[in-house]
Amino acid sequence: MIADLLTFQVLIGILSAGIAHATPYLFAGLGETFGQRSGVLNLGVEGQMLMGAYAAFTVTLFTGSVWFGLLAAMAVGALMGLGMAFISVTLKAEQGISGIGVYLFGLGLSDLLYQKTVGAIKSVDGFQPLFIPGVSDSLNPFVHAIAEIFVNHDALVFIAFALVPISAFVLNRTTLGLKIRAAGQNPQAADTLGVSVVRIRYFTVILGGLLSGVAGASLSIGLIKSFQQNMTAGLGFIAVALVYFGAWRPTGVLLGALVFSMVNALQSWVQVKGIPIPSDIAVMMPYVLTIVALIFAVQRVQQPAALTKIFERGEQ
Amino acid sequence: MPFKRVQLGIALEALTPFLAVIAALLVGAVMLLALQANPIEAYAALFNGAFGSPNSIADSAVKAVPLLFIALGTCIAFRGGVTNIGGEGQLIMGAIAGTAVGLSIPDGPALLVVPLALLAGFLAGGVWGGLAGLLKAQFRVNEILSTIMLNSIAVYLMNFLLRGPMLDPAQFSSASRIPQTDRLSQAFLLARLVPTRLHLGALIAVALAILVWVLLWRTTIGYRIRAVGHNPDAARYAGIHVSRYIVLAMALSGALGGLGGAVQVFGVTYRMFTDGSAAGFTSSAGFNGIVAALFGQLHPLGAIPAAFFFGALLVGANKLQRIVQVPTALITTLNGLVVIFVVSADLWRRNRARHREMQQLVETKNTTSVPPAASPELTRENP
Repeated sequence: MIADLLTFQVLIGILSAGIAHATPYLFAGLGETFGQRSGVLNLGVEGQMLMGAYAAFTVTLFTGSVWFGLLAAMAVGALMGLGMAFISVTLKAEQGISGIGVYLFGLGLSDLLYQKTVGAIKSVDGFQPLFIPGVSDSLNPFVHAIAEIFVNHDALVFIAFALVPISAFVLNRTTLGLKIRAAGQNPQAADTLGVSVVRIRYFTVILGGLLSGVAGASLSIGLIKSFQQNMTAGLGFIAVALVYFGAWRPTGVLLGALVFSMVNALQSWVQVKGIPIPSDIAVMMPYVLTIVALIFAVQRVQQPAALTKIFERGEQ
Repeated sequence: MPFKRVQLGIALEALTPFLAVIAALLVGAVMLLALQANPIEAYAALFNGAFGSPNSIADSAVKAVPLLFIALGTCIAFRGGVTNIGGEGQLIMGAIAGTAVGLSIPDGPALLVVPLALLAGFLAGGVWGGLAGLLKAQFRVNEILSTIMLNSIAVYLMNFLLRGPMLDPAQFSSASRIPQTDRLSQAFLLARLVPTRLHLGALIAVALAILVWVLLWRTTIGYRIRAVGHNPDAARYAGIHVSRYIVLAMALSGALGGLGGAVQVFGVTYRMFTDGSAAGFTSSAGFNGIVAALFGQLHPLGAIPAAFFFGALLVGANKLQRIVQVPTALITTLNGLVVIFVVSADLWRRNRARHREMQQLVETKNTTSVPPAASPELTRENP
């Protein structure tokens, strides 16, 4: 029976949605990867995403330009990242709890500002999917399938996927990446070798905030094209989990993001088709899957040795 | 002269949570100005809404009850070195279990059914928290992540049960099918304390605060939980079964949240309902309770006034919204700032502790023994 419903067309739909909806996980997860590789667990991703989503939506609504919206999300996200860096690196606060503080702050402020500046439910045109004449509207079923799955997405989707090899290259093949990894693995030794652990951690946490802001924008002016209170609904926390799942590697995050968003797409298809699995049980599955995945992921690799550890000069 | 300075320092240290709240309120005042609202008028409305009448004080206390349960659980977990942020899920699981017991024995004697229902809530929350503890102890899964996932799972489980198996029979036949359970039997509802909305659950919570204090500072189990939280390696060398105490701390922490959920149903809502999100049922008590615990310096007795204060903020926020048209989301924002300020002040505490240590070193320079390092209780070097 399931085989009857899972037609070629449905399969294309699931793959296409799975790729598009991996975008916010990718942006937030890759940003978080940089932070965690340098030793900082930023749990405020969710709050940063909400602020990014709000900024992108509102600026796009008032200026009519998605690019201004995107810039606003980057700026707001980076600012929130700067705040998190100041709290966790300079003030040396406990990272897990301060992240929850940043989350509550972003959750409240984005809601407050939205109610005060926009108020009503509105939507924007947002980013439009790429259209290649002759490919995107091809009648050839094979070309059509390829176009639906890989081509007919908006710019942010392509940028998110392009960021995976770029992030991997920066982390693994550049001096900057080496410094980031050293700061996360053995900050004391890195410090004696002349690496400014503080500066590196500031850089990665601000970058993480910036990318979280873009992740929020990819929802509010990309996939959903609207803003509502708490619209991320835990997505930012899942992105943090995906970094563990992906063993602190950009390619691992990519795999996690794809698996997670494919399961989500499959799940919404199950709901639409009225297959006798209660929808609430179906939506629960990605979260169960994440826990199971975390069990296996953690056994495979060690986390960065200095993750969540406060760095103080002259202390071992 | 130096004596005075030390005293001032100790007083300031004890006051850091208050300074954090004052700082948050000041930032809030700037935000209110930016929103073109008069901060003095706004905070007056907030205060008036929270304490203006016996009823509003009682409402603040009612709001404080779930916060106190979560705050107490947070004290146990954080003292035990585990970061339980699964309060939302634990509240929900406890409420589901308590409601299920209450609804399945509608004609039983209240003296038997109500304690049984509260126990069910306690156990359900304990399982939900303990699961995260087990995942950490056995599989090294970060408990922050697992509790967040378990929160979402609890929400969807609640939605599933309230739309199906536990749906109110009256809603079953109606077209709207509002996702809620049947109302509990009148006999099961927790007694009101004074002619206000304040219910017996408040007394239970306060009694538990004392019990948690006894547990943590007057029993071997509590000592071991704190030892594991303070330094797991040292605890292991001392022969403490570390992973067992991690699971225990998480389970106890979750159990208090679960009990809080059941108390909320039997004392306030009389039935379970959902709007699809966690906050629809919990009003984010699972997160705000953590804020209260931090404000109470992770001390169970400090959690009592702290929970009351944050309960009052939430009640006052409604009045704030009515009078100066500032959304209640302002309070969420300020709560976030309080958390940030309280944990950020830890650096200053640590520096002071180090300062004291160095002073001791200098003063005992010529004696043979060096005093052991005095570590501040609140610093959690090994989360």
